[in-house]
Amino acid sequence: MKVVVCIKQVPDTKGGVKFNPDGTLDRAAMMTIMNPDDKAGVEAALRLKDQYGAEVTVVTMGLPKAEDVLREAMAMGADKGVLVTDRVLGGADTWATSQTLAGALRNMEYDLIITGRQAIDGDTAQVGPQISEHLNIPVISYAQNLKIEGDSVIVERQYDDRYHVLKAKMPCLITALAELNEPRYMTPGGIFDACKAELTVWGRADLKDVEDSNLGLKGSPTQIAKASDKVRKGAGEKVALDPAEAVDYIVGKLKEKHVI
Amino acid sequence: MNLEEYKGVYVFAQQVDNIVNSIAFELIGKGKDLAADLGTEVTAVLVGSGVKGLADELAEYGADRVIVVDDPELKEYRTEPYAHALSSVIEKYKPEIFLVGATAIGRDLGPRVSARIHTGLTADCTQLDIGDFPLNPVPGKEQKHNQLLMTRPAFGGNTIATIACPDFRPQMATVRPGVMQKKERQAGVKANIEEFNPGFTPNHNYVEILEVVKAVSETVDIMDAKILVSGGRGMGNAENFKILEDLAEVIGGTVSCSRAVVDAGWKPKDLQVGQTGKTVRPNVYFAIGISGAIQHLAGMEESDIIIAINKDDTAPIFDVADYGLVGDLNKIVPALTEKLRAELASKN
Repeated sequence: MKVVVCIKQVPDTKGGVKFNPDGTLDRAAMMTIMNPDDKAGVEAALRLKDQYGAEVTVVTMGLPKAEDVLREAMAMGADKGVLVTDRVLGGADTWATSQTLAGALRNMEYDLIITGRQAIDGDTAQVGPQISEHLNIPVISYAQNLKIEGDSVIVERQYDDRYHVLKAKMPCLITALAELNEPRYMTPGGIFDACKAELTVWGRADLKDVEDSNLGLKGSPTQIAKASDKVRKGAGEKVALDPAEAVDYIVGKLKEKHVI
Repeated sequence: MNLEEYKGVYVFAQQVDNIVNSIAFELIGKGKDLAADLGTEVTAVLVGSGVKGLADELAEYGADRVIVVDDPELKEYRTEPYAHALSSVIEKYKPEIFLVGATAIGRDLGPRVSARIHTGLTADCTQLDIGDFPLNPVPGKEQKHNQLLMTRPAFGGNTIATIACPDFRPQMATVRPGVMQKKERQAGVKANIEEFNPGFTPNHNYVEILEVVKAVSETVDIMDAKILVSGGRGMGNAENFKILEDLAEVIGGTVSCSRAVVDAGWKPKDLQVGQTGKTVRPNVYFAIGISGAIQHLAGMEESDIIIAINKDDTAPIFDVADYGLVGDLNKIVPALTEKLRAELASKN
């Protein structure tokens, strides 16, 4: 069984958000990490490796430095890493990104493709389902549990107030929630091996059955009209009072605003 | 692609168990504004099995026309037949704009449809406008008018971007639930109802549903609550939420929570406010023992009045709170509940 996991290197927005003196986001000062949902996807694939001896390949599209997340996944136990990087692929929206990854995946053997549900920088949750459409395979997104039965995958698929237990014939694509599992740590031996491991690096010419008109900034149907840092409403009053005064203060405000 | 052929604002009228989701009415509401700017109409696309009877409700909330795709294959939501239904509607009717709720269903369906028909899709929009693209004239580049400008937060709510889709149709967006306003319901208003069935032949992309497991929940949807009493990690443990429930009961509110509380297993996910939970904007939001991670703020900062209680006076929640109290929630909250109980009793 062959499993390919699509992963992304993202700025760490959780806790480590840094601002410039003018209030804009200081991206250079932010650490990069493997996207958390993608890491859950890697873990899910590694469990299939433990259980069924699956071969696990991780693939990422990004700048050359994105090889860090491939090596991290390999230090966790992934067998192979593929970096898709090329200047002409830059500026891609989810359409062009999914076209790029589909072009890479057409060169690979897979029974199961796993992507994270969404990346914490873009939060779109679109690339996984779009890849599945380009490859004409079924998709099950928001997987919260996963098992293999013969040539099918059985997945618990989360909705707002319910979940469906779904069965799809492989090959298929699932998108993983961070809640799917607790990703394992890298092992010292794994880190050592991953540092030395040979990565496969592909450029535009290595993508299969993709038109230039579907790649990069030029192949992106959506275009940015404007981007700005979020303007937050300013802080209001902040008081430190003993509990009895605090209660009077809150009740006073609720009356003033006609809440009570 | 001849962009001129594409006309009208279409919305996906999501239903589950033949109950229309509130997002459908919100999309119709926003769709009406966009349609007025464009001089066109709003069409709701209703997909399911035995759902035709729901069309009147969509009309009463403002849909000018309802396209009903009714087929037994559409009884429970599954990606493939629903994607087939929507892409067939788009191919036949050629809408200019197609809006889908950014629900668990919409965020699965939208990308599959947009990939099938080759257009752009902007995720999780919080604002939609009609305007020019580029926003200001750029020498040597055509400025297109009457474009859908789709605004959304990114980087965990740290930035906002406005996106256009100038060269492809329809212009597609998923829209965050709870953000757009529905129009007032007008009883008895009728819409043109049109039935359309593109044919559903199961293929390898159809997944099999083995089981549907519904969560048993008696709680009010936090997105509908006027007053939310929200607790965070600072509550200390699950049992301590009792003091929030008491406060909520006295003031007529509902208890919600931050992600840390869900991660700790103290409260279920459907009570979670924030980027990966629900977006709320109640009249009053009590943030109690919530530090205010940026992802949490993204889900509640539009609340009318934010009252924060936290012992850490550097907590980011104070940056958005109208009234911030630095102090011990375990002393303040029970005392507040008693005081409010007395106040409200004296009023009646």
